[in-house]
Amino acid sequence: MPSDAEKTQDPLLEVRGLEVSYGEVPVLHGVDVTVALGERVAVVGESGSGKSTTAAAVLGLLPGRGRVTGGAIRFRGEDVTHADESRLRRLRGREVGLVPQDPMSNLNPATRVGAQVAETLVAHGLARGRAARERAIELLGEAGIEQPERRYRQYPHEFSGGMRQRVLIAMALACEPALLIADEPTSALDVTVQRRILDHLESLRASRGASLLIVTHDLGLAADRADRIVVMSKGEVVETGPAEAILRDPQHEYTRRLVAAAPSVNASKVVAAGSTRLTGQAAPAAGEPSARPLLEVDDLVRTYKVRGRREPLVAVDHVSFSLQAGTTTAVVGESGSGKTTVARMVLGLEEPTSGEVRLEGEVVRTARGAARRAVRRTMQPVFQDPYASLDPTFTVERIVDEPLRVFKVGDRASRRARVTELLDQVALPASVGQRFPGELSGGQRQRVAIARALALDPRLMVCDEAVSALDVLVQDQVMTLLDDLQRDLGISYLFITHDLAVVRQLARDVVVMRSGRVVEHGTVDEVFASPREEYTRDLLDAIPGAGFFS
Amino acid sequence: MARYLGIRALQSVVTLVLSSIVVFLGVRALPGDPARALAGEEATPETLAAIRADLGLDDPLPQQYLAFLGQVLRGDLGTSVRTGQPVTELVAATLPVTLWLSLGALLVAIVVGIGAGVVAAVHRGRWPEWVANGFTLVALSVPSFWLGILAILYLAVGLGWFPASGFVPLREDPLRWAYHLVLPSLVLGTALAAVVMRQTRASMITALSTDYVRTARAKGMPRGKVLTRFALRNSLIVVVTIVGLQLGGLISGAVVTERIFGLPGFGKLTLDSVFTRDYPVVQAVVIVVTAAYVLINLAVDVLYSVINPRIRVGGSQA
Repeated sequence: MPSDAEKTQDPLLEVRGLEVSYGEVPVLHGVDVTVALGERVAVVGESGSGKSTTAAAVLGLLPGRGRVTGGAIRFRGEDVTHADESRLRRLRGREVGLVPQDPMSNLNPATRVGAQVAETLVAHGLARGRAARERAIELLGEAGIEQPERRYRQYPHEFSGGMRQRVLIAMALACEPALLIADEPTSALDVTVQRRILDHLESLRASRGASLLIVTHDLGLAADRADRIVVMSKGEVVETGPAEAILRDPQHEYTRRLVAAAPSVNASKVVAAGSTRLTGQAAPAAGEPSARPLLEVDDLVRTYKVRGRREPLVAVDHVSFSLQAGTTTAVVGESGSGKTTVARMVLGLEEPTSGEVRLEGEVVRTARGAARRAVRRTMQPVFQDPYASLDPTFTVERIVDEPLRVFKVGDRASRRARVTELLDQVALPASVGQRFPGELSGGQRQRVAIARALALDPRLMVCDEAVSALDVLVQDQVMTLLDDLQRDLGISYLFITHDLAVVRQLARDVVVMRSGRVVEHGTVDEVFASPREEYTRDLLDAIPGAGFFS
Repeated sequence: MARYLGIRALQSVVTLVLSSIVVFLGVRALPGDPARALAGEEATPETLAAIRADLGLDDPLPQQYLAFLGQVLRGDLGTSVRTGQPVTELVAATLPVTLWLSLGALLVAIVVGIGAGVVAAVHRGRWPEWVANGFTLVALSVPSFWLGILAILYLAVGLGWFPASGFVPLREDPLRWAYHLVLPSLVLGTALAAVVMRQTRASMITALSTDYVRTARAKGMPRGKVLTRFALRNSLIVVVTIVGLQLGGLISGAVVTERIFGLPGFGKLTLDSVFTRDYPVVQAVVIVVTAAYVLINLAVDVLYSVINPRIRVGGSQA
């Protein structure tokens, strides 16, 4: 490890007053970032803050019409701001390695995985033929891929997301670069996988003495993984300093909002301080504890036939829980845990293999005719991706109006008034009604989705990862909105999520699922304060930043 | 992989059998009595009955079909009513001409289309793209017969670079064979080249903005390799589909082009036999073209799985 004196004397990467425009639109306004030898720096901000643009500019890989219009990028003292392609080619991969964001889309689908690692070595003349192959196998092994020799010959689609991210790490480290840029390296992965991969990345980085520039929207993750944090907003650096100082004592107003909104940090704070926030929710107006639960999920099983396998795949394995009116129950688990399948069966979008879902005592599966319509009215879904779940050719008004039209509620004038009222409930101006989903931000779209779900006065809303795709500040706003709606209208939520931090803020009860089974079930306070299962503890520990405040 | 190809081959056989039934019934459904056509208007009922019995026309349809199928499988496509020659001979004489012409056109389409498509995608928003786009617009709008006439008028007659018509078999003189094929191939291949160019350009633009292309560049891969191994290879999956679908069109387009350039090909044979009601030949022509379609599709599927590894293992996720 380099000494402190070296760190300050010799910045490995120095970005000074960087200005970048896309076409005529400036997006970076004088960004300063330095990374010393061996230092770990995190750039934190919302989408659109310019953090990824900064990282791309360093590698000379600005997308589309992006170009550097001012400032300088120096690597080991050499100005590479306007370097030609051959200089940049040496920089990329050889001196600066990139670990990109989405493991699903960053590997060439038509080439074997091993060859993609080996070609990095070949491109920089470090190895050829057999030697490149052997080194690539070694690298895959180091990156935590078992049986690397066999895996070398496979294609990306034969790898899971986590495994692909490991391949990308092997690629980035292949030429032993002095600087590693990790652009949201694990945000597409489950928390426990995320933690394992970040741990692994860190040990590989430390053993090589490389510097790290990590770009992330997650303050908790930044606090865990970096020595220094650079906070960006709207193309500017608003605050920079040691990780701990930024989290504990944010100076800039934006940073303060970010810290306050960060669910991971919040959750850990609550865990540390002991919760008081949710106790008031426990006795809602609508549901007496003795009353029949609004939703009962009773011994639900769902199996699938898998081609080429004799045993059916058990996606949901004897799951039972209930939900009291006016409260929120969260179903938590990683991808593949069966939580979304449960949600789909609750909504009646999928038939259970056995067991039943009852809504206000009515069995969802067997309800027909009027009873079926009543069930549908009583519960409404809000899905994860507000970009995909709204019809792009409908105006917002038509989207929100649609359930009213389908159920023939009121006449045209009264429906129009109702739409305005609904938009108002989700804090959107009535003028939004004439716009198309494509013209709205992610947060606004999710509000539209919620307004649509509210249209029929449902008693239960099934939210499948409803806030996962949103930025922290927006996520916080939407969760506050859901909270307010529950208080005002007494709506219940079934919240499907992989994010325990979100659960903490929103839910009264939590159901932890793994491999189709319920491994733990109780109130959020109980489960968070004293998790009984190893797996739950793992999930809790894996929340980035969790260790920071405890 | 072997299993996948086996299934596809089996499907092709089923398609061929079904199409042979359609051809068989289609010809039987045509108005007119073949026996009367052979024997002439003055024939006695006894002669007609004898001819019918001789041709097996009195047998039930399934039996007739099986006999027909047996003949086809033995390579016997019957005798031309018009010339009295065995149909197989006619087909053997004309098919190579069309095959070479189609291959030439395909070559033109692939080289020009993919080349121009890549150039247009890489130089997006600059003059090379405008030139390429202009070319496709013209190539798609101009009917091939007119393009053929223009080519003969200027390139053959005016400048004297190429022969205006005729065909020399490959075995006789390879140089003159190629020389005679250049102009017709260019004319026939132009429209397909335009389609291929548009498709290549569109898929290349998409591929160039993908994450894996950016990652390849971030690894320091040379630009040329990024273009070919990453962007182009993945774009070709779509292009191959389009080419496969359009190849059928190429065969029918050959009919017109052969006419213009006076090539003694399959197209000419088809037209002549249709106009003279030469049913055995029409029947054979349809069978051969159908078989060509099926084989092309099989080839496209094979090519697919070579380019796209996801198809080989049924797209399953591990």
